[in-house]
Amino acid sequence: MNGSLHYDVVVLGLGVAGLTAATRLAEGGARVCVLAKGVGSTHLAPGTVDVLGYDPERVEEPAAAIPRFIAAHPDHPYALIGADAIAPALEWFAATLEHGPQPAYRYTGGLERNHLLPTAVGVARPSALVPQTMAGGDMRSNEPVCVVGIPVLRDFYAALCAGNLRNAGVPARAIEVDIDVGRVEANSLLLARRLDDPSFRAAFAARLALLVRPGERVALPAILGLRDPFGAWSDLERRLARPVFEIPTLPPSTPGMRVYDALVAALRAAGGRIVLGAEVLDVERSGERVTSVRAHSSGHDTVYGARWVVLATGGFGSGAIELGSDWQAREKVLGLALRGMPGPGEPRFTAGYFGPQPMSPVGVAVDSSLLAEGTENVFVAGAALPGSVPWREGSGEGIALASGHFVAQAVLEREGATATA
Amino acid sequence: MIEDLFHEELRASLDHCIKCTICETACPVSNVTPLFPGPKYAGPQAERFRAQGEPQDEWSVDYCSGCGLCTMSCPQGVKIAELNAHARYAVKQRKGVPLRDRLITRPTVLGRLGTPVAPLANATLKLRPARVLAERLLGIHRDAPMPKFAGRRFRTWARRHQPPSTGTKIVYFHGCGTEYYEPEAGEKVVAVLEHNGYRVEVPDQDCCGLPLQSSGLFEDARKYVKRLARALAPHVRDGTLIVGNATSCTLMLKREAREILGLQDDPDLALVSRQTYDICELLLGLHDRGELRTDFQPVEDIVAYHAPCQQQGHWMGKPALELLALIPGLEVRELNARCCGIAGTYGLKREKYQIAMDAGADLFGQVEASGARIVACDSETCRWMIEHGTHRPSVHPVELLHQAYGL
Repeated sequence: MNGSLHYDVVVLGLGVAGLTAATRLAEGGARVCVLAKGVGSTHLAPGTVDVLGYDPERVEEPAAAIPRFIAAHPDHPYALIGADAIAPALEWFAATLEHGPQPAYRYTGGLERNHLLPTAVGVARPSALVPQTMAGGDMRSNEPVCVVGIPVLRDFYAALCAGNLRNAGVPARAIEVDIDVGRVEANSLLLARRLDDPSFRAAFAARLALLVRPGERVALPAILGLRDPFGAWSDLERRLARPVFEIPTLPPSTPGMRVYDALVAALRAAGGRIVLGAEVLDVERSGERVTSVRAHSSGHDTVYGARWVVLATGGFGSGAIELGSDWQAREKVLGLALRGMPGPGEPRFTAGYFGPQPMSPVGVAVDSSLLAEGTENVFVAGAALPGSVPWREGSGEGIALASGHFVAQAVLEREGATATA
Repeated sequence: MIEDLFHEELRASLDHCIKCTICETACPVSNVTPLFPGPKYAGPQAERFRAQGEPQDEWSVDYCSGCGLCTMSCPQGVKIAELNAHARYAVKQRKGVPLRDRLITRPTVLGRLGTPVAPLANATLKLRPARVLAERLLGIHRDAPMPKFAGRRFRTWARRHQPPSTGTKIVYFHGCGTEYYEPEAGEKVVAVLEHNGYRVEVPDQDCCGLPLQSSGLFEDARKYVKRLARALAPHVRDGTLIVGNATSCTLMLKREAREILGLQDDPDLALVSRQTYDICELLLGLHDRGELRTDFQPVEDIVAYHAPCQQQGHWMGKPALELLALIPGLEVRELNARCCGIAGTYGLKREKYQIAMDAGADLFGQVEASGARIVACDSETCRWMIEHGTHRPSVHPVELLHQAYGL
């Protein structure tokens, strides 16, 4: 049939969960195609891997906290995949970003101890695995911080950040160094592209060197390049002869884009395909197996046959799960059953923006191997999974990465079993 | 006037915009010039302030190159590039369309004029004083890459060409680039198709109207594309497929004419749109079914591959890469730059040439770093820009298949 292609696995979604699953699968020898309606949420994320930040008090040592957390939350994705499945996923991620086809982008940390990094407004955020370029910002250190504002980058207020750092007990002050980009306003992506240029970076460092004081570490919004950010950061540290660290900004988030670029490059190097713009329209089933996915392409649709499907399309945030005007939630892509919906008559929302929201843990119903209920070959990863409240737990990337890694392993094991049989 | 209902449908998509800025990261233009405020600002945000029938003054949307990467990247399905195309049309309606834009957007007119006098025309286009004059009088940048007239037409060859007596019938839409500038590329397309068991028909055809559409000349563009659809439709009512190597033009037939020009109701276009395939898409489909011949000779070479924006707009991934990977000996380096900058006729314009070069700089640098001797790319105007920006030859991926088949 014209307009049809066949793969071992079709992965739906191009965020951290989808990219991790697809890359792992391709590395394991599977023929993989990723279909995505658009780019995933990497470009909006800080680029750190937050595994467990709050339970509900701030978590210092995730490795020690996770077993307790799992015991208290038996429906949580971590409970399904098991505490032991998290660390290998983190190791794989760090190795892929450091040793993949892109210039080395080093991560540091793990489950032993959370870093405590400042956000753009200078508030502490616990995170397990962080880019080396950010690690110097740990708020447990009382080394004084010089927060550098770039006036054209209007979304980053150095004075506000420094003020909140001081409130948290970290000595801090704010300075401003402008970067001329020929316009009145710039986002961090534009500045990152400028700082990719070694000679521009050298000139920027020279101006900065005049303003920083002895003993200070230098905090910059995350603009230290896209092409070779670890190299750019090392270069700046050497030039300033002091610790330098990045603070993630509002979107577009360059550290998130670095993760996207690195994972896409690793996926491509392993032979995986990516089709952007391919919104899934419907699927063909044979009993409880999804045998093919029909996706939008220009002019005519394209049918992607697959033995396995990984659903990594996200939850309410991405629009893959939707609450209709009939107050019913739906998984829009494959029409899978959901779990965690408040019962009839129970409240779906509560007052208070930051309060516990009854709808938050809603996700696709899965078994303990993350196989979607009512299917034999659809695995679910990332924010589509039920049982978590990532923004309260500080667990979003951890769930995406660990579950993406886990489902890839599950598919490869079953593929192996089929091959042997 | 654009049909109100259709325009309202496009506008409805902007309510899905969550201001996430993913489109801004994809835009090749706003990342190099402040003259275009970016897809989010010019698109869904500004659109809220554009009332139907009210005068539009924001000239900045004319700096959108229409590449469509914003729409493709948007995870929420907002029709950003399409909204911008409409805004550009509206502003040009009010402010007028320069003579230049009426001229360079008609490749068939240029082709018919230039072909008989190709040596003279080509020599003139290389002449500095002539280019300076063209810049002053018409606003075509003196350094912009101009293709060379082949001096012969593809159709002349096609008429004389003896097709095989058997094989699956397929209709070849060759586009103006093949017709006037690169007839040999068309001959290779035909040879590769015939090698794979097709009997190629080349019906009479004209421009798809894409250059006109991207310069905001919607009425003229509609005439061209409807005429083309009328010419092709009778040949494919029996289910025959249409295949093209001009990826921007096949995208025009597949989607842009319907989504930007609002021609959803044209029955000929609907048929043609459904049955049109990009050549690499078609061949990858054959390969998936085990029907593509893989009797490739080794090609010991390094090739860099750039997927042009409008190839990506087919929303089918990068089939050329899978095909090139089948050629033994050939090392393929996938580039991930956004855009070569040219965007059809955009980079020819005096006020936009430098923007195009700046937008293409990333790609040119990647080609340099790749160590590749040649660059494969699916769109002809992009190939001309790549040759201009990298001083390396650029070919359609099918030309490499043709070489490897030893045809």
